[in-house]
Amino acid sequence: MSPESPEPTEPPDQPEPPVVDARGLRCPLPVIRLAQAAKDLPAGALVEVWATDPAARADVPAWCRMRGHELVATTELDQGTDGAHTAYRVRLGG
Amino acid sequence: MGERAVLDAASTPLHPVARETLLAALDAGWADPRRLYAEGRAARRLLDQATEVIAAGLAARPSEVSFAPSGPAAVSLAVDGALHSGRRRGGRLVASAVEHSAVLAPGRYRAAAAGDDDLLAEVPVDHAGRVDLDAFGAALSEPGTVVAAVQHANGEVGTLQPLGAVHEACRAAGVPLVVDAQASLGRTASPTDYDVLAGDAQSWGGPGGLGVLAVPERTRWSLPGPAGEPGYGRSGHVPWVPLALAAAEAWQQTQATFEAEASQARALVDAIRSAAAGVPDVEVVGDPQLRLPHVVTFSALYVDGEALVHEFDRRGFAIASGSACTASTLEPSHVLAAMGVLTHGNVRITLPLAAVSPGRAQHVERFCAALPEVVSTVRAQLGAEHL
Repeated sequence: MSPESPEPTEPPDQPEPPVVDARGLRCPLPVIRLAQAAKDLPAGALVEVWATDPAARADVPAWCRMRGHELVATTELDQGTDGAHTAYRVRLGG
Repeated sequence: MGERAVLDAASTPLHPVARETLLAALDAGWADPRRLYAEGRAARRLLDQATEVIAAGLAARPSEVSFAPSGPAAVSLAVDGALHSGRRRGGRLVASAVEHSAVLAPGRYRAAAAGDDDLLAEVPVDHAGRVDLDAFGAALSEPGTVVAAVQHANGEVGTLQPLGAVHEACRAAGVPLVVDAQASLGRTASPTDYDVLAGDAQSWGGPGGLGVLAVPERTRWSLPGPAGEPGYGRSGHVPWVPLALAAAEAWQQTQATFEAEASQARALVDAIRSAAAGVPDVEVVGDPQLRLPHVVTFSALYVDGEALVHEFDRRGFAIASGSACTASTLEPSHVLAAMGVLTHGNVRITLPLAAVSPGRAQHVERFCAALPEVVSTVRAQLGAEHL
């Protein structure tokens, strides 16, 4: 989004959500790292976990459902130096 | 610690009476049933008797029943024969996303080899693992669809599929239905809604290495390649006669105690379900009612499936798991993933028959008592106790 476009719900200087880098970790570690990060964040906050483990594809959505969080985006990334991974963006529930 | 508690019936000891039959058959039924001399003719008579018993159990005629080298082989053959017979109309297979890998792996391979994704449609399931009937009906109506494959019940989570409605949709679309009953035969009433049925003698306490096929005469079904042995049903596979005799004996034994066995298994599974549901952050998966009596699966958050299997093993329990890293693969169970449930920290229990495991009620009691401590032990190993 461009800086001058109106954004009614979020302030224009909304920072990128914190990222939990769980690339290379195998299940259940990506979900555990995500839960550890979520513990210190307020309800409504966004958090993102990066994972390469195929089990995260099922387990991050399942964790959200079991714990009352919302999975807002799943993005496949293939950045040169970072390598292929998946980014799961989660909005924390109350 | 007491005796080992085997809570995984995917492969169990034979039913004790079938074991006696197998031992006797090693002497009485060793001959090749195709031979014309006395020993061969005797083996052939024994095989015919075994086939009749199994056919009666499947509400099929003996001529409609044949054998395969294993349950998964029977399932693959069932699909292959239906695809081959439909080849002039197309090559598309419609299967639920929770079918056995004996259906999905060859289906994916065929689609990849032909460079045509449409050759396999994997129909989604709900959280309980039940096939989405609307999506299934829509998939059947795609041109070139020649076979549908839907299991009777899932062997990992126990959920029964709505085969009546599934078969009705198939009949309306003119597509034959292959039903995989590997997990259910002998444990619940045999399915009647199918055009081809495949099963595994192990599900009813019979031996490994014997799959069964029921192909009614009305079904257009033939295998590609050279014809099998004439006189051995539509698969043409000549089984080792002692295996078929042991399977028939196990079937008769299982049928004699069917009601009591199923209701006892159901009560034990209910006990496990409530014990698991009482552990924090544990989710019991699969349909709570429309399920096999002897199967239960649950997943524990923040738990490593491999560590869980080892911790239970150390304490005397043999349990299976659908988590990744428990089956020499990084991929978790495709069944759990398709259901949208947690794949890590998974425990899969399939109760052996009471006749095979007389101590199973005590085993289940011990398991339920040990479960909370095992989960918290394994969680603590990952520093995840208070999340």
